Amino acid sequence: MTAILEKLKERILFFDGGMGSLLQANGLKPGELPETWNVTHSDLIVKLHREYLEAGADMIKTNTFGANGLKYNKDKEFDLEQIVTAAMKNAREAVDTAAYTSGRSKGAIALDIGPTGKLLKPLGDLDFEDAYELFSQVVRIGEREGADLILIETMSDSYEAKAAVLAAKENSSLPVFVTMIFDDKGKLLTGGNVESTVALLEGLGVDALGINCGLGPVQMKGILEDIMKVVSLPVIVNPNAGLPRSEGGKTVYDIDADEFARVMKEIVEAGACIIGGCCGTTPEHIEKMAALCKDLPVRLPERKNRTVISSYAQAVVIDQDPVIIGERINPTGKAKFKQALKDHNLEYILKEGVLQQDNGAHVLDVNVGLPEIDEPAMMVEVVKELQSIIDLPLQIDTSNMTAMERAMRIYNGKPLINSVNGKKEVMEAIFPLVKRYGGVVVALALDEDGIPETAEGRIAVSKKIYDTAAGYGIGKEDIIIDALCMTVSSDSKGAITTLETVRRVRDELQGKTILGVSNISFGLPQREIVNAAFFTMALQNGLSAAIINPNSEAMMRSYYSFRVLADLDPQCSNYISIYSGNVAVLGEVKRQSGDQKAAGVSGTDLSLGESIKKGLKDRAYAAVSELLENREPLTIINEEMIPALNEVGKGFEKGTVFLPQLLMSAEAAKAAFEVIKEKLAQSGAEEKKKGTVILATVKGDIHDIGKNIVKVLLENYSYEVLDLGKDVPPETIVKTAIERNVKLVGLSALMTTTVPSMEETIRQLRTQAPFAKVMVGGAVLTKEYAMTIGADQYCRDAMASVNYAEDIFEVK
Amino acid sequence: MEISRKEILRYLGYGNKESDEQISALVEEVLEELLAAASPKCIYRAFPLTLLPENEIDFTVFRTKSRNLSKNLADCEEVLLFAATLGTGVDVLLHKYTRLQMSRAVIMQAAAAAVIEEYCDQENRRLKQEYEARGFYLRPRFSPGYGDFSLECQKDITTVLETPKRIGIMLTESLLMTPSKSVTAVMGVSKKPYRCEIKGCESCGKKDCAYRR
Repeated sequence: MTAILEKLKERILFFDGGMGSLLQANGLKPGELPETWNVTHSDLIVKLHREYLEAGADMIKTNTFGANGLKYNKDKEFDLEQIVTAAMKNAREAVDTAAYTSGRSKGAIALDIGPTGKLLKPLGDLDFEDAYELFSQVVRIGEREGADLILIETMSDSYEAKAAVLAAKENSSLPVFVTMIFDDKGKLLTGGNVESTVALLEGLGVDALGINCGLGPVQMKGILEDIMKVVSLPVIVNPNAGLPRSEGGKTVYDIDADEFARVMKEIVEAGACIIGGCCGTTPEHIEKMAALCKDLPVRLPERKNRTVISSYAQAVVIDQDPVIIGERINPTGKAKFKQALKDHNLEYILKEGVLQQDNGAHVLDVNVGLPEIDEPAMMVEVVKELQSIIDLPLQIDTSNMTAMERAMRIYNGKPLINSVNGKKEVMEAIFPLVKRYGGVVVALALDEDGIPETAEGRIAVSKKIYDTAAGYGIGKEDIIIDALCMTVSSDSKGAITTLETVRRVRDELQGKTILGVSNISFGLPQREIVNAAFFTMALQNGLSAAIINPNSEAMMRSYYSFRVLADLDPQCSNYISIYSGNVAVLGEVKRQSGDQKAAGVSGTDLSLGESIKKGLKDRAYAAVSELLENREPLTIINEEMIPALNEVGKGFEKGTVFLPQLLMSAEAAKAAFEVIKEKLAQSGAEEKKKGTVILATVKGDIHDIGKNIVKVLLENYSYEVLDLGKDVPPETIVKTAIERNVKLVGLSALMTTTVPSMEETIRQLRTQAPFAKVMVGGAVLTKEYAMTIGADQYCRDAMASVNYAEDIFEVK
Repeated sequence: MEISRKEILRYLGYGNKESDEQISALVEEVLEELLAAASPKCIYRAFPLTLLPENEIDFTVFRTKSRNLSKNLADCEEVLLFAATLGTGVDVLLHKYTRLQMSRAVIMQAAAAAVIEEYCDQENRRLKQEYEARGFYLRPRFSPGYGDFSLECQKDITTVLETPKRIGIMLTESLLMTPSKSVTAVMGVSKKPYRCEIKGCESCGKKDCAYRR
């Protein structure tokens, strides 16, 4: 325990106030990098630090907010080493030379780390590990130069905050404080809220957390209140000097030092125990604040013992109200899913995720284990993809420890982890990961001696797991006991033992429980009947979370009705909103709400061709199934589907059909093709492809809508598309073209700034893969421009790409 | 915010044509989803402006050269630097539908373009009123990338306005803005009223653009 954390037990601690705003008042120009002044104006920096210390600050923030390797490196006037070293030296000099009032000890130096100024992938272009490395560089210099703690501040993205915390903890042994910037609605810029952010940061094991910048102290009170409800760590509040306004080109803030101090006193009374200031605050603000607050009693938050997981956007609490964990992202027993994994068909997996979310899942289990694939790589990719489109927390489900660690590292939140058990070896592998990355871990009540037959035995194993976890500093709230759902057809007492275990974990151990419910009915007919009944029984016995198929109406009926009967659904309003006027058929797999509804047409009697032309996906799906009963797949393709697609394509070229309609037709055709593909697979035949095409958005460009439109259409016309994604280096494109001997490459670029990398890609293709033709498209391109950079073909729209492909592969 | 359905259709390539019932219904559905996910934010600051010879423009905090912009800023003594964004929530949706349902993605893309434009217009109308009440006139918004106004200036605008910290706009290496539905612009402030109101599409020199109004 370092000195600063010891001191916190005795009294309220004070940070200093704003630095950037004071530098501006001293002549720093807008847009000029403030950290450069560590070198060029070191006397001023030392003086400001000293004024803060003399005003009563216990900790000063180094002038390194924006210091990172992107802004300071060998190509710039100063490199990172010079800037951070100078900043540390200035802080040290101030600490050593400040005049402290009697009884006060020397101030501490907080190495200040702000955001990189880049948005992380996939929405931005900075890789998570690159962000980690940028932060690590600062941390290493800061610790070497004698920082007393690390303050990661003004973070508006939970993912970037996670990279910074990992960098701080893995490259130093200093205490780590983190303050985030919320807007007046309590949201981060990237969508997280107070609860999800606290869950993430506590999971990562920071020493104190809180809020800074963006708002004044008055506006922060509500956010602080929300934090205090859920937090177990000391809370920091560093507000601006009120709200900013512009006066004659200068930014001024609306609160004076007296008012600031008065509100900060209320903030301490509301529970904060480390306070200071941000933009617009001055030594005067800090002096008045310290004078008013120094004798207030410090009340450290008590442990909340909440079982909570989070995604980038929201937290899910596992407590009284049962939590549904969707089990469908799992290849076990699913031929289609296995095929999707082998084909690297992520779209299939994402759809499974979205469907479960639409049907009411709160968490998604993610299991991609298959012997013939690289599981760690696939797990990382699937987790990244899921968390970029779905805001539910994920349960990382794997027995491959490499996959587990890599997924936990890049996960944007505090995950559920599936699983640990009472075996020494497994606990030794899992618990250090939980400690390092945070998480709630599912603990199977079994150990080296196998699965205990009695509830008594399972309780004993559970206790052992709790105790061992405690040795790693992992609280009981971060363990959720899997009471083990055994197949009732092979052991008639199995269900009773499981239910007893669930109940006793709740009553005797005050713990949380989880079950993989569907196991119960293995080997029985009409499994949903037994599953749903057992699910209700388990809920009644106190089950906290259930791994089930949320697409099963029978299971969700159990869930929604249990919530009504257990007084968890006030006024039955949730139940009523779902079931009034909507009698779902038992056992029916619910379908995603789609365009059909919006279209206001059902088209139940349309032919396949008509439903494709009208873009009715569900009808196309049904129509092709009917046709397949007495017609050959190839006949259906050639006589029904191709003519319909051609008609739509021609209409698009003539300007009578527009892009959304073209794509809806393509999607309807795709749904029909899926059915045909299955039929072909059953008869051992395979769909014949006309050729293989590479598609990529070029390096530096992160907009991929245009490229994806082309992809949908090419696939419709039976081309195999190798979609290399966005921001793709020329080398990757060339390598793929050579390896797969691809005759046609489609490149997309949106901006004049990224056309040069398109040109470079073409240049490399010409020398290394001269057999490949190149078609290009994108907002800024014209035919002439395309020819200038050496492309074979300019495609003004998606149909033009299809036509060119048909030429190249001599289909026409 | 009153979003023009016509603008959305124009971005989708409809020109002046109407959409059928099916697409119109989808547009409404997408707009609703989009507006729920958007959290529009903007920031602006005024600086003294000096127009120099050879189309050089001094914004006090940075300089650039642009013939088109010099014309736009004629008679102005001050300039407003402006930035606005719909936030990352919209990009998450665009990303989702780009992966799963392209027809919806293209409509969302078009709708989001219309929403950010309308949001900027709304904020600009408010600023215009504020300035006119004080006897000043605002020139139409002019963005880096319009005509010969260099995209590089996005760097200066975002740095000066501290957009990464204040409203979350960040630039990629190749000067793309993230979140993607973001705008940076400058607006001249003058004591003289403007001759005619030309903004957006019509002020751009790229006359053969497929999306031109």
